[in-house]
Amino acid sequence: MITQQNKKLAQWAMEYALKNGCQASRINLYAGSNTSFEVRDMKIDRLQQASESGMNILLYVDGRFASYSTNRLDKKELERFIKEGIEATRFLAEDKARTLPDPSRYYKGGMPDLQTYDSKINSIQPDDKLGLAMSTCEEIMGKDERIISAETSYSDGDSASYIIASNGFEGESSTSSFSLVGSVSIKGENEVRPSGYWYDASLFYDSLIKKGIGTKALERTISRLGQTKIKSGKYPMLVDNMNASRLLSPLIDALYGSSIQQNNSFLLNKLNEKVLGSNVSLFDEPHMIKAPGARYFDNEGVATKQMSIFENGILNTYFINTYSANKLNMDPTISSPSIITMKMGDKNQDQLVASVNKGILVTGFNGGNSNSTTGDFSFGVEGFLIENGKIVQPVSEMNITGNLLTLWSNLIEAGNDPRLSSSWRIPSLLFNDVNFSGL
Amino acid sequence: MKYNRREFIKTGGIVMLGSLAAPSFLGSCSGSGKIDQAAGIPFALNHFGVSENDLKKVLSAALEKGGDYADLFFEHTFRNSIRLQDGAVNQATSHIDYGMGVRVLAGDQTGYAYIENITLDEMLKAARTAARIATGSTATNTPINLTEKSILQDYYSISTPWDEIAVKEKMPYLQKLNDKIFSLDSRVNKVTASLSDSTSHILFCNSEGLTYYDYRPMVVLGATCIMEENGRIENSGAARSYRMGAEFLTDEVINTIAKQAVDKTAILFRAIMPKGGEMPVVMGAGGSGILLHEAIGHAFEADFNRKNTSIFSDQLGKKICNENINVIDDGTIPFNRGSVNIDDDGVEGQKTYIVKDGVLASYLHDRISAQYYGIPSTGNGRRESFRFMPIPRMRATYMEAGNVTEEEIISTVKKGIYAANFTNGQVQIGAGDFTFFVKDGYLIENGKLTQPIKDINIIGNGPKALADITMVGNNYEMDNGSWNCGKDGQSCPVTCGMPSALVSKLTVGGES
Repeated sequence: MITQQNKKLAQWAMEYALKNGCQASRINLYAGSNTSFEVRDMKIDRLQQASESGMNILLYVDGRFASYSTNRLDKKELERFIKEGIEATRFLAEDKARTLPDPSRYYKGGMPDLQTYDSKINSIQPDDKLGLAMSTCEEIMGKDERIISAETSYSDGDSASYIIASNGFEGESSTSSFSLVGSVSIKGENEVRPSGYWYDASLFYDSLIKKGIGTKALERTISRLGQTKIKSGKYPMLVDNMNASRLLSPLIDALYGSSIQQNNSFLLNKLNEKVLGSNVSLFDEPHMIKAPGARYFDNEGVATKQMSIFENGILNTYFINTYSANKLNMDPTISSPSIITMKMGDKNQDQLVASVNKGILVTGFNGGNSNSTTGDFSFGVEGFLIENGKIVQPVSEMNITGNLLTLWSNLIEAGNDPRLSSSWRIPSLLFNDVNFSGL
Repeated sequence: MKYNRREFIKTGGIVMLGSLAAPSFLGSCSGSGKIDQAAGIPFALNHFGVSENDLKKVLSAALEKGGDYADLFFEHTFRNSIRLQDGAVNQATSHIDYGMGVRVLAGDQTGYAYIENITLDEMLKAARTAARIATGSTATNTPINLTEKSILQDYYSISTPWDEIAVKEKMPYLQKLNDKIFSLDSRVNKVTASLSDSTSHILFCNSEGLTYYDYRPMVVLGATCIMEENGRIENSGAARSYRMGAEFLTDEVINTIAKQAVDKTAILFRAIMPKGGEMPVVMGAGGSGILLHEAIGHAFEADFNRKNTSIFSDQLGKKICNENINVIDDGTIPFNRGSVNIDDDGVEGQKTYIVKDGVLASYLHDRISAQYYGIPSTGNGRRESFRFMPIPRMRATYMEAGNVTEEEIISTVKKGIYAANFTNGQVQIGAGDFTFFVKDGYLIENGKLTQPIKDINIIGNGPKALADITMVGNNYEMDNGSWNCGKDGQSCPVTCGMPSALVSKLTVGGES
């Protein structure tokens, strides 16, 4: 948590910077703590605990810009740090595009609490935390003779941030997090030892799923026994809700102002054009209550708002921060999306599987990358072969390859099952005509 | 298990305090500028404001619940970077990180806590938190007198510390790099370049009495280049990284990076996506070491093997590949990004044969796994920072040269792929499936390199791929790019190297 004393220190640092030759500044003070209990085969394996804090200081000096950060929050050291920072900034080339946001765009307060912090975090006893990791491990141990090792962990933490800007912004936010993870290794054929995991994560201790994580991890691992690769070919691809975001991430990266300004985006000059399938609509919904990723302002202090990113396949916005807006001579939007939601269909994963004649359900990615200027991608995958609406065989050691715009134009259907523990709420996705390379 | 090439465009910025002889927070240090490794403990104790007596008190507290072993890891790191974009060096970033971690071992169980405010009270508190891993009520081990361990071999002795170089002295190098890239090809449209340096002071002591000080420099210089041809845009980049001081900055390194960035981008305009499926793959010399890192390196890390979760868990001493193959993980290459004078467990850096004459010769050990197997550690216990406990990590991982030329290797392939440059890779330790992403390469048709290819993932299975290496070239090369290896949420600087080699069968991504 941010202490009053540290807030005062940040305010002092801002004044000190302005008095010593800096014309504008933004300071971000952060603090966080975390604990974790890791259990292996019903024995504590690792116990970790820490708390930390630090300050990030942006200096705008004589039309020049630099960013300095330190975890040494001592006034005397900060004095020297800031003075030397201002001196060093003066050596840089001038960059007129470096400015603070127009104050009219700042979040002004007055909205209801987004409820991202669980005050219970400090009252949960270490024995209870360890107990959850132990009971998750117990769900796995002895349940199958092929089990080599069961590792489980309970972690929690909080983080807080206090931002002030010299042209009139002050904002504070805090969030907590709780997670429970189970992972299992089992003996397969020959030397192969498949592993798998399952987890839950929540902003609130009471809503963290505490039972069944171990059982599900074991089920998922056993289902991988006998993985094989199948013949190369074009197949429909169903990606589960744990992994669907992976295919969205390069699309979102292509929308940042920094990518657009550097001509490093396959969505350059595509604003208001139809670039994805008509059934693809994605939104930024920053103000959901009790939701991971919820926030009223971005890292510049700019007020967030509900936005359409793609609607019926049409690109509606880039993510343009103040610097990119100045460089591109465009209107600024927001530095980055907060909570991404997708227009859903009406089927869950099982119903989507049932709709596939012959295809592949992808339940894990293994490496791969994409080309930021062309949208070409190639990823390693594992999952299951689907035949006649049924899962018939685990597959692995295969690649999918193609172009992201083609892929997203070939979306057959989105599911109705996004995981709410993530700030990107992307359901299972079914695509047509995906190149799989195997045998 | 991710192995990502550092995205230097994201590390941006830069340096600080140009003209100072010593960095800001070295106020308590008597020396200026270069700190001799030999100046050692007295310097470090003074620097962190602790006494030998404090260290003993904290170690005692760490063992008061009956732990078998404890260590203290103090770190003070200065990171600076400057960044060029749109033709001007107009962004600087500096970061100071300072703190210490306490680790307590009880058998193979670990308690860990760290603090940022180094006072005796805070250290005692952290020690008592970490101590809870042991369940006894009384101390069974008491720390003995601390004995300084000198760094015998300094693999990164520098002549010009980064804090002696002003921002304005560094800026012209980025400008030169930018100008050189633009001069090499008229299709160049945008360039970003960055120079990042870091300097770490490390003080370590443990309950066995071992104490050391290590001075760890690092530099990364890189550029990305965007080119446009007939409305089509491509990008690629190049970087070099070493444990060196400012003597690293030369016209030669600038010219090398510029040429490589332009060549790697230009080839993409002629490149196609190949047809996918199983086929022979010739790995070019250098960055192909990513194959070793992913296919076997991670699976040889002894934490996975002591837990019996690696696909190589039962293979020690067994023949796993062609007897002409030797694979090494080395912490002793002068100035290499992966080198360690002494690891974060207090064990000297060393050169370890992991595959010798085709036999799995050694796992990569930290203190815990070495104790489990009852052998000396291989010096692979590394940590990202004081915020983490050490775990087995690779250093510089490479294969020794064989005796055929690259041309001979290529000439044996009727239809396959030649992989030249890579961006990232990954592995599943237990299943053995590993992948690496080929940024560019060529088709091999009838024994010759023909059409350039790009942007494809290659996937294989570790033990099978290793056994399928049938030819090894005589052209060994180390790749001195800015490789970072990720494991258990910790990032570690590493390198990899390889002569050209033929893997008779891997699955290549592509059109079906």
